[in-house]
Amino acid sequence: MLDYTTLRVIWWALLGTLLIGFAIMDGFDFGVAGLLKVLGRDNEERLVLLEGIEPTWEGNQVWFILAGGATFAAWPMLYAVSFSGMYLAIALVLLAFILRPVGFNFRGKIHDPRWASLWDWVLTGSGVVVMLIAGVAFGNLFLGVPFQFDDDLRMSWHGGFFELLHPFALLCGLVSLSMLLAHGACWAALKADHAIAARAVKISRWMTLIYAVLYVLAGVWVAYDLPGYAIAGPALTDGASNPLCKQVAVGGSWFASYMLYPWFWIAPVLALVSAVGVQALIGRRSVAGFIASSLMVGSTIASAGFALFPFLLPSSLDPRSSLTVWDASSSHGTLQLMLIVTAVLLPIVMLYTSWVYRVMRGRVTLEQVRKVHGGY
Amino acid sequence: MIIDTDVVTLSRLQFALTALYHFLFVPLTLGLVWMLAIMESIYVMTGREVWKRMVQFWGVLFGINFAMGVATGVTMEFQFGMNWAYYSHYVGDVFGAPLAIEGLMAFFLEATLVGVFFMGWERISRIKHLLVTWFLALGTSLSALWILVANAWMQHPVGAAFNPQTMRMEVTSFSDVLFNPVAQDKFVHTVSAGYVMGAMFVLSISAWYLLRGRNVDFAKRSMTVAASFGLAAALSVVVLGDASGYTVSLNQKMKMAAIEAMWHTEPAPASFTLVGIPDVQQRTTHFAVKIPWVMGLIGTHSTDQTMPGIAELVDTAKDRIGNGIQAYDAMLMLRQDKDNAQAKATLAAHDQDLGYALLLKKYVDDPRQATLADIQQAADSTIPNVPVLFWSFRIMVGCGFYFIALFAFSFWKASKRQLDSQRWYLRLALWSLPLPWLAVELGWIVAEYGRQPWAIEGVLPTALGVSSVSAGQVLTSLGGFVLFYTALAIVDVMLIRKFIRKGPDGLGIWPPIVPPTVTAH
Repeated sequence: MLDYTTLRVIWWALLGTLLIGFAIMDGFDFGVAGLLKVLGRDNEERLVLLEGIEPTWEGNQVWFILAGGATFAAWPMLYAVSFSGMYLAIALVLLAFILRPVGFNFRGKIHDPRWASLWDWVLTGSGVVVMLIAGVAFGNLFLGVPFQFDDDLRMSWHGGFFELLHPFALLCGLVSLSMLLAHGACWAALKADHAIAARAVKISRWMTLIYAVLYVLAGVWVAYDLPGYAIAGPALTDGASNPLCKQVAVGGSWFASYMLYPWFWIAPVLALVSAVGVQALIGRRSVAGFIASSLMVGSTIASAGFALFPFLLPSSLDPRSSLTVWDASSSHGTLQLMLIVTAVLLPIVMLYTSWVYRVMRGRVTLEQVRKVHGGY
Repeated sequence: MIIDTDVVTLSRLQFALTALYHFLFVPLTLGLVWMLAIMESIYVMTGREVWKRMVQFWGVLFGINFAMGVATGVTMEFQFGMNWAYYSHYVGDVFGAPLAIEGLMAFFLEATLVGVFFMGWERISRIKHLLVTWFLALGTSLSALWILVANAWMQHPVGAAFNPQTMRMEVTSFSDVLFNPVAQDKFVHTVSAGYVMGAMFVLSISAWYLLRGRNVDFAKRSMTVAASFGLAAALSVVVLGDASGYTVSLNQKMKMAAIEAMWHTEPAPASFTLVGIPDVQQRTTHFAVKIPWVMGLIGTHSTDQTMPGIAELVDTAKDRIGNGIQAYDAMLMLRQDKDNAQAKATLAAHDQDLGYALLLKKYVDDPRQATLADIQQAADSTIPNVPVLFWSFRIMVGCGFYFIALFAFSFWKASKRQLDSQRWYLRLALWSLPLPWLAVELGWIVAEYGRQPWAIEGVLPTALGVSSVSAGQVLTSLGGFVLFYTALAIVDVMLIRKFIRKGPDGLGIWPPIVPPTVTAH
């Protein structure tokens, strides 16, 4: 049996992996949906774009469901505090996730341009909402959120929806939006008919540029303006999961962990190098371009997670209540069991997922769409 | 802290509505997908095109329903954290695991394969497509398995213990959680109910085609599959429903007593009240029509064991509240000094009853200050809503027996190749369509409403499980759900009707006029 500290670190990494898996896999679906009206100039073009994500978006979305479920199982307090605290923001995300499946399925079921257009807007809107809110939520992690625990470990939250919209958080929202729109455009460049793909190449270049500027700006903001959180005194890494057992110092830098573990720098450097990679590759080799944008997405999220380590959800109201890797996890036994289950099942999932992608490979052409749908 | 009762009421209402709504779609997915697997197997074995076209036609309807199931399922996964944050903290260590495993083992499988099922007909071989359909079916049933493992733990929380250091339940034995006897019975009972619904769906719609004289061969073949699959499923749902009744009577005696409106312990073997009018005020059942022995047989599988009545169970609850207060006191002492040996011993002796002390939190802030009146009130609150359970259960069981009769008759007619010989039968089959929905929704009402006042039976009262959100926030989300769910329900029914009316003939699926160009998605 692995010791508790190691398991907690592994589950922190796994949480990151699931979030990155979600951002890469479902991120391009959201990106394509967000660009539906920009890339697709008429209904047939939009059908090409949708057809490019249709066979796989449903499986991709499970990364999100799984990230939620795994957080519930491995980090129950993080799940409870974040989902209930950011109640209305999460409700909006939920609405997007409710409308997407029906949008994909219902859109082609009635042959009427107004019907198709309605669902196009629903898909675009749900894509933009999720991409923005995911970034805003990440931004709030750096700002700290207003919650505290009482002695029964019942959490109370002292703030509303609009308190989440701090300028820094909004900046993070835009980082996320531009990053995933770029990623979605890379997918379209890979998957859609050539005329649409050419448009997607242009957009992906613009979006990566915007992303890179905003990402650096966010980094500078974190470095010079945002107080970092740190556990005061030596951290008890294998104690009971009770956040109230520690003291927290506020006022240091979020870059402290980068000083402590210099290899963390790989993440932000890779994020920017990948952005350059997208610029260089997407026009010529779309598969390589898509891999670059996937790396960009993954390392961006990793860079945020690294900066926060060991914090998961800092509390601005009562820093002692902050959730960290050392005091917000499930029990030793649950972490161990869930690790075994994940180690067995996740590779199998990846195996059949890649089979499905191989079966459905190839560009979706306008001609194909006309033949199959008769226009819808 | 005192819990806002408006938040509790609204959160419960929202959970009940979204869960019942989700379960309008899930069982149809569960059942229909196996029918598709059977039809496609026949296609691969016989090579006859009509069977493939059957898969494609019923697949269109399956697809619409599947999308609704996925859409409304996300709500369930989110809602524990959003509305039941203290619940999520208190039992996440145990309850979260099956949900996460469901995602990894089942939902990934079905969601990944469903795209290939619809769009892969031309891209992969027959055998591979058949395998995709089978794994899709397997994925949906596995999904139900893990969700029901989680739900069973709410009914019968085995394999876990309270940890005063973390203020939550933690796993002590995963195999106990996994092999919870309640989980096994619930799983088989629930998926069988889904299979009945899938069979009824195909049976009823096919009957409608036969009444109209449309798609006759297509409909007869579909009905034959539905009749045989439905008969097996209906038998299984009733037989295993009995097993479920047995485990309930072992583990949730109060729920069982409420279902039976059994106000007082009867001498063994207890009689079964077929119908009657339960009177909550008088604690008696008027005009009861009783069948001797039957209840004792169902509930204890014996003739010599008694089943406790509601009044006796309230007395037991009072004792357990007393023990629970001692456990609560010990828990507070351990929070101050985690090595206090005496407190440890007290908690170990009574931690099974700690949840009963938490029932008092509705009336007093500190359960140790509770008066005798508070304790009586808390003990009385362990009685669920008897008339609702009494009637829900009877209607559900009535439906179950009706399904056996209908499918047995259908099976007989199918084997004599006389499915379309009597119009009254076809009309009966058509008008029976809503009954499986009625039965499954009532089944969940019995299971979940019957568990009240507990979120986790005997461990965590529902009222304590809520989040620290405002009533206004919950009202906002509840309003959103009502609005969007109603709109989606309208669209869903409209689309399903549209495609049924069009039918295999109208959609160009069967008979084949031109070489196949239609993909069913």
